[in-house]
Amino acid sequence: MKLDQLKPGQKATIIDIDEDGPVAQRLMAMGLLEGTKVSMTRKALGGDPVEVEVMGYALSLRKDEARRISIEIST
Amino acid sequence: MNTTTAANKIPVIAVVGNPNTGKSTLFNALTGMRQKTANFPGVTVEHHTGLIDLPSGKVNLVDLPGSYSLAAESPDEMVACDVLLGLIDNLHQPDAVLVVVDSANLRRNLFLVHQVMELGKSVVVALNMSDIAKRRGIHIDPDQLSKELGAAVIPFVATDRSQTQALKATMDVAINTNAVASAAVQPEVVEAAHLYADELRSEGMQINDYEVERALIDARGYAEQRLISNAPTGTADKLFVLRQQLVQQGDGSSLAKTEATRRYKLIDAMVAKVETRTGEPLSLTDKVDRITNHPVWGMVLFITIMATVFQAVFSWAGPLMNLIDSGAGWMASTISQIVPPGALNSLLVDGVVAGVGSVIIFLPQIMILFAFIIILEDSGYMARAAFMMDRLMRYVGLSGQSFIPMLSSFACAVPGIMATRVIPNKRDRIATIIAAPFMTCSARLPVYALLIAAFLPNQQFLGGLINLHGLVLLGLYLLGVVGGVLTALLLKRTGLKGPTPGFMIELPPYRFPDLKSVLIRLLDRGKIFLRRAGTIIFTVAIVVWALVYFPRPAEIFEAYDAERVVAEIELSGEELDTRLAQIDNLESANLIEQSLLGRIGKTIEPVFRPLGWDWKVSAGVVASFPAREVVVAVLGTIYAVGADVNETDESLIGRLRSAKHADGKKVFTLPMTVGLMVFYAFCLQCAATVAVMRRETGGWGWPLFAWTYMTGLGYVCALLIFQGFS
Repeated sequence: MKLDQLKPGQKATIIDIDEDGPVAQRLMAMGLLEGTKVSMTRKALGGDPVEVEVMGYALSLRKDEARRISIEIST
Repeated sequence: MNTTTAANKIPVIAVVGNPNTGKSTLFNALTGMRQKTANFPGVTVEHHTGLIDLPSGKVNLVDLPGSYSLAAESPDEMVACDVLLGLIDNLHQPDAVLVVVDSANLRRNLFLVHQVMELGKSVVVALNMSDIAKRRGIHIDPDQLSKELGAAVIPFVATDRSQTQALKATMDVAINTNAVASAAVQPEVVEAAHLYADELRSEGMQINDYEVERALIDARGYAEQRLISNAPTGTADKLFVLRQQLVQQGDGSSLAKTEATRRYKLIDAMVAKVETRTGEPLSLTDKVDRITNHPVWGMVLFITIMATVFQAVFSWAGPLMNLIDSGAGWMASTISQIVPPGALNSLLVDGVVAGVGSVIIFLPQIMILFAFIIILEDSGYMARAAFMMDRLMRYVGLSGQSFIPMLSSFACAVPGIMATRVIPNKRDRIATIIAAPFMTCSARLPVYALLIAAFLPNQQFLGGLINLHGLVLLGLYLLGVVGGVLTALLLKRTGLKGPTPGFMIELPPYRFPDLKSVLIRLLDRGKIFLRRAGTIIFTVAIVVWALVYFPRPAEIFEAYDAERVVAEIELSGEELDTRLAQIDNLESANLIEQSLLGRIGKTIEPVFRPLGWDWKVSAGVVASFPAREVVVAVLGTIYAVGADVNETDESLIGRLRSAKHADGKKVFTLPMTVGLMVFYAFCLQCAATVAVMRRETGGWGWPLFAWTYMTGLGYVCALLIFQGFS
């Protein structure tokens, strides 16, 4: 499952990031790595961009970036 | 490190940190008013430097742009790296680095700290906004963190003076301490980079090991691009092969992933020892965000906020503007008492006071506008605005990255265009550069404010809550945005086709802006405006005065003197006074029409006649192509020299209201005024913008296109409005 499919209020753990140059590198520098917990805060109209919470801070990404992040829903 | 500082070599401390860490507030708390804005040579990143007193002497504090990592995607992001490595001309390698850390985001912030420490710098960590973190239930043990990192750690709250002293004392120790680089997280990459750098150096290239290291790790990043363009051919292949070897020696992950994974592993172990979290994270911000980021209410709120700002620009500035106006009036009458009538008197009163004064009067409005923009930025709202605008930007084919340059362009397109350097894709950069000058810059504000106040009724709605002036101004700002956005859309659909770039932005928690920091930035803006008024506007006002005053042919004076003599013989009493005043007016009108500017204006008038402009407005508009606010000064001077002796209202507004065409019709009708404002909204009347466009796009092609396109658009729109509604 990818991060953009997460529904608002759901929590998940990152299992992999699709490596593609500077964008992925920036996400990783900001702490989005294998094992990091994320939760979906809200989505804009049409589901793009999305706002997620990572390690206690709010980050807004476009759907295209969120789609690079594979996740596993936490229960 | 340099412990024996020579007298001419002031120690340097670089200030780095993630965005939204309150870095500039901390910088302002340390330096106060003793700071200046400058550009690094070669790049256009604006940065602040300030001298501060430490126990062992003066130190030069250099504030670097906020970044999450030393990996750079664009030339601007490379600046932080270059400063730390001492690669910038006239700025020696920093003696220490102050890393500003958001206490509520310790884990993410430590990534940059960790990178800087690997460079072998003496590091001081400021745990900024530690009060806010405490309130959110986040406790950090600074002593334990200091031990873990091997660097000094100081909790910091900008408003607490004792902490400023503690921070200064710690920095003083740091510049006099030799630092030891912390162990590399990727020793194999460091080693490979060193060997390759040696090879390049043996070929005569000047290169630092760390530049090669970043080029290896940051695939497709700026360090790699720069190295390839500066190094001998074959470097790109060599880097690729080296990188592949390193990846294969490891677990197959990219070097960037390995860097992040290893660093965060160390950081996580550290955070576990020094930080305890209790309580709900981000509760207030979350509640506010439910409204501000709501797809519908967020947009309503955004427009409401912007509308309020423009209301305030008109309704709050009035008293201050009246004060400046009476100040100018007082100066003019004082000068007239001291200096006898003649050329010098006219130069001072009509040229300098009327010209420069008519621009300076807009200082209060500009300060109010910027006070709002700065407060919205510092409170964290601007990031939400970017989040909301991202939808619009994406529709146009650009990213939220283009939002910040466009936002800066509301101050001035020059820094706005410079800020496009953060956009890695060239097509998107150029589309943003062309769209940026459409944003309503502070130089347009005086033009709008003058015309709106002079020619639109100040109608009040909802019991005075909303006034027509503010609404029209808001409309003009929106017009600029729409013009810019449609232009970008057009370009991205035609000449600059390409995929929509990615975008991510941190939404920082809301906070109250620091008053001192807001004031310092506001004064900075005011100074820039006054400097322009004192230099460019002043010069143009004098030139225009000379053009409008000279030549003064003797025949005209002789002709009217003859008429005066006739009048004095034939008339008496009140009749005579009326006749004499009439002659005076005819004389000054004739003089101004015979003046150099009058002749130039008459020559170009046919071009602008279809827009309803007389030669005075045409001359003012043409004179303001180097800088658009000049038109206000030019009109101020033209109407002051050619002033009606009987005029009741000596302000420029009053003079414009009574301006008439030769056939007696009013010049400033509503369609003409609206057309003129729309012309100013679109036309590219700014030499500085054209110059910076040339520099940033690397040729005259784009600036020429932008100038022709924008001026043509302005002309056509003004024409349609005037002809359609007259």
